[in-house]
Amino acid sequence: MIPTAFEYFRPTNLSEALALLEQYKDEAKLLAGGHSLIPMMKLRLAQPQYLIDLGGVKELSYIRESGDHLLIGAMTRHVDVETSEVLRQRCPLLTETARRIGDAQVRNMGTIGGSLAHADPAADYPAAILALGAELRAVSIQGERWIRAEDFFVDMLTTALAPEEILVEVKVPALGPRTGTAYVKVAQKASGFALCGVAVVLTVDPNGVCQDVAVGVTGVASKAYRARAVEDALRGRALDASAIADASAKAAEGVDPLEDLHASAEYRAHLARVWSRRAIEQARASI
Amino acid sequence: MPKGKKFVGEPIPRVEDHRLITGRSQYVDDIVRPRMAYAAILRSIYAHARVKAVHVENARRAPGVIAVFTGEDVREAIGPVPVASRLPDLKVPKHPVLAVEKVHYVGEPIAVVVAEDRYLARDAVDLIEVEYEPLEAVVDPERAIAEGAPIIHEEFGTNVAFVWQLSGGDIERAFREADLVVSQRMVNQRLIPVAMEPRGVVAEYLPGEGQLTVWTSTQIPHLLRTQLAAMLRLAENRVRVIAPEVGGGFGSKLNVYAEEALVGYLAMRLGRPIKWIETRRENFLSTIHGRGQIAEVEAAVKRDGTVLGLRYKIIQDVGAYHQLLTPAIPTLTGLMATGPYKIPNLHVQVIGAFTNKMATDAYRGAGRPEATYLLERMMDRIAGELGLDPVEVRMRNFPQPEEFPFPTASGLAYDSGNYQQALRRALEIVGYEGLRQEQQQLRQQGRYLGIGISTYVEICALGPSPALPAGGWESATVRVEPTGKITVLTGASPHGQGQETSFAQIVADELGVELADVRVVHGDTAIVQYGIGTFGSRATAVGGTAVYGALQKVKEKATRLAAHLLGEENVANVAFEDGCFFLKDNPERRVTFQEVALAAYLAKSLPPGMEPGLEATYFFEPSNFTFPFGAHIAVVEVDPETGDVQFRRYVAVDDCGRVINPLLVDGQVHGGIVQSLGQALLEEAVYDENGQLVTGELTEYAIPKATDVPWLETDRMETPSPVNPLGVKGVGEAGTIAATPAIVNAVLDAVAPFGVRHLDMPLKPEKIWRAIRGA
Ligand SMILES: Cc1cc2nc3c(=O)[nH]c(=O)nc-3n(C[C@H](O)[C@H](O)[C@H](O)COP(=O)(O)OP(=O)(O)OC[C@H]3O[C@@H](n4cnc5c(N)ncnc54)[C@H](O)[C@@H]3O)c2cc1C
Repeated sequence: MIPTAFEYFRPTNLSEALALLEQYKDEAKLLAGGHSLIPMMKLRLAQPQYLIDLGGVKELSYIRESGDHLLIGAMTRHVDVETSEVLRQRCPLLTETARRIGDAQVRNMGTIGGSLAHADPAADYPAAILALGAELRAVSIQGERWIRAEDFFVDMLTTALAPEEILVEVKVPALGPRTGTAYVKVAQKASGFALCGVAVVLTVDPNGVCQDVAVGVTGVASKAYRARAVEDALRGRALDASAIADASAKAAEGVDPLEDLHASAEYRAHLARVWSRRAIEQARASI
Repeated sequence: MPKGKKFVGEPIPRVEDHRLITGRSQYVDDIVRPRMAYAAILRSIYAHARVKAVHVENARRAPGVIAVFTGEDVREAIGPVPVASRLPDLKVPKHPVLAVEKVHYVGEPIAVVVAEDRYLARDAVDLIEVEYEPLEAVVDPERAIAEGAPIIHEEFGTNVAFVWQLSGGDIERAFREADLVVSQRMVNQRLIPVAMEPRGVVAEYLPGEGQLTVWTSTQIPHLLRTQLAAMLRLAENRVRVIAPEVGGGFGSKLNVYAEEALVGYLAMRLGRPIKWIETRRENFLSTIHGRGQIAEVEAAVKRDGTVLGLRYKIIQDVGAYHQLLTPAIPTLTGLMATGPYKIPNLHVQVIGAFTNKMATDAYRGAGRPEATYLLERMMDRIAGELGLDPVEVRMRNFPQPEEFPFPTASGLAYDSGNYQQALRRALEIVGYEGLRQEQQQLRQQGRYLGIGISTYVEICALGPSPALPAGGWESATVRVEPTGKITVLTGASPHGQGQETSFAQIVADELGVELADVRVVHGDTAIVQYGIGTFGSRATAVGGTAVYGALQKVKEKATRLAAHLLGEENVANVAFEDGCFFLKDNPERRVTFQEVALAAYLAKSLPPGMEPGLEATYFFEPSNFTFPFGAHIAVVEVDPETGDVQFRRYVAVDDCGRVINPLLVDGQVHGGIVQSLGQALLEEAVYDENGQLVTGELTEYAIPKATDVPWLETDRMETPSPVNPLGVKGVGEAGTIAATPAIVNAVLDAVAPFGVRHLDMPLKPEKIWRAIRGA
């Protein structure tokens, strides 16, 4: 519960932070809300020599509208996503997801950038970010690049970010016409993280046929994933209960579910199927 | 004092709360002494291993390190960790404060580092190198006592720590005469108490005075002082133990721990105050655990549901060592094995099994939740086998109210009770008949409602001295200060229960003063006369009665002095009401309590032979335990698709005797039910086959959160106890004792249509889902 010694920096703008990161690379860790990193440091599972606190980089904390997209700065706290009126109107999936993260203390400190960069396989945001088809902007001293959500999550606690890169922005599409969304979650009772979380974005044509659907699943496998088999089975079909059930039965196809003290692989896969169905039904009802 | 104002029975908000809520209370970690240094402990990473060598040179040379000690260094200086409960043929392994030669569980202390701050101390721990020779770990208690298991303490040649038996009536005959035998194997899983404040110790030695002061988060400052003096070979009157604000104990601080003696020793040896604060991880590994029983229960029953006899075979998972009361806990299970029922024939056998794990000991309820769980599950199993309603089976076996004091097959005498009434009341509140109908209707729709009943009696107010290792009385001093303010020194050691409020209520009523005039002091052995402490739902029934006894002495003396001041020869003519003494035949002649107090200290005019001052000490020895009782009903719905459990209702009818403060009683019942919910649905200390604690963090070990807790509908009855003049029984553990089986019975009632008869706790969704699917 006591971390090893480290040197602490608190830059006040992004270029300062990037310069520090460039200088110390692997030996440095960025500190955002600290709600994943500090517990790991206290358990000495992470022992960074340098800590670069992004808390002073105010330019990374914002929620902006940009045409039919929304831009969210990496240092935006969960509570600000949860309570954003703009997001509630134009991207309710994110507010709904943020609301299910941890407890009030966690949401007051944790950031969207920190959550995504940490890539905990049971974190909530990744499901929504995948279902929304978000794009993530990373910058380093060399320049910037956009990473598609699906390319971003590489494996458990591993992302496509290079050590000298900072995740600065998340870009998500605004809610389209005849589109409904839902995030449902079964929490692991000790940690509150997801044993299974399913995010759905569902667009229905005027005849009640599924025009498009995206399903993001977290907590089930070593990284959050898009349940493509469910999507393919549903797209173009009339959205009746049996179609939804048949499609949802494919929610764990092709994934290797996690197994631990809290749930077997079999049960996790089962939860993915049941809750995909329930999430799709809920998304449909929300249109 | 306003006329007729009374405090007892009123829902007075706790006087403790303001300082707790505003963060102004002093816990051990808030205590800072000049030149204080910090200790950190190296603990075993193996469950069972020989320690070939401990290399501390690098740690000694590390920055800021003052000293490093190993087991070898202190084995002569510090006596073993004590066990107070004695059973016949109890095997008591040597329990050094730092391991020598062998380690027996993950988390066992091996060495201690003292450094200038806690960071440096912690860093230096990583520099100690231990050469282990790992041995096979024995984790499963059944395996531990089976043939061929590795022996944990070689000197005994067995892992059986004790065998304890209890019989009443004629058990063989009961089974001969039975129409049916119902049997069930059940597990009360190991639990981790998880007090919000972990343990912590600060020790300071004053060489001039030869006094060692130990601040520690404990429930038993005086008992601890006696034991620490023995371990450190100091005179008891040179040791001062202070329990400052204690952030929860639940039994886990009803103990004497290695660290308490070790930190005291370090303070003396190094001549500096030393602080050690347990980390949460250490708290999981090396503060006592609770429960840990595997039971085979057999009931001899008649077709009408009458239970003729019960046979229990219990294996108690002891852990690697005994802590203070380890062996006593399952004996409480045995004593309460017939619960609130008239079951004349009983046999209980408990085998204590050493395992390579942390010791089990008292955890809220301490042996009684186990008993109630086993019996209440059996009642439902019996009802199921006979096709009877669970209510009917219970009603059939209750003793009648006129049968009290009621003698049990286990040799106890229940003081007072009306079990039928408690159950009827709970049934009425919950609307039992209607719920059963709704259950039928919902089943048609594929929805699964479950109704779980638990009727219980518990043994409280521990207890008469012959029944407890260190005496079961409690002490109190009531000191009236010259200004008429009252200081109460209680030997009980409240740590969240609220006795600073409830004892003040008793005092205010007896002396006719305001609540704010009373201050209740506890937890400092240099201030408070010897006392026993707070555990076993005893603080109010025994400690409160001691306060009451001291008050009677004070009142008696004050009345004599008042008579003297009023010039009245006949003391019997003096009455005391609303804070004033007056003559019964001339109420205008009066003197206030404050005036009497001042006169006692000014001592200008005292009756002949009367000592100056106004204070009294009373040691109360109870003649019996008390036996609170009640009925709890849980209503849940199980999602058959996922196994998820949702609460619909929770009704608790508790009778804890006379209620001093209903807010405190509700608070205790609420907290107890929540802890039960933890055992029923969420919690389990899981060790893997190598003896590593897999649930060693709060991210892995699920305690209930506010969002897990249903609305609790509490109601009560008040059947005064004849055992003490207050009529109080105790309520600290009732919720924990009653609720676990109510919840489990509800879940199993819900899934009964699938043919599921029993599942062991915790009833996690996956387990329920599998049972439904397997059916
Ligand atoms: C009690 C508790 C309960 C929780 N429950 C949940 C839950 O239910 N669901 C859930 O999803 N999460 C939960 N969390 C995690 C919480 O949401 C974290 O805040 C989040 O995962 C990490 O965000 P952070 O801002 O705290 O990041 P930090 O902990 O500061 O950082 C996490 C990691 O990301 C890196 N990093 C941070 N920002 C950037 C950036 N901009 N660019 C590159 N790398 C970066 C850091 O270097 C570090 O490696 C919980 C945490 C706690 C303590």
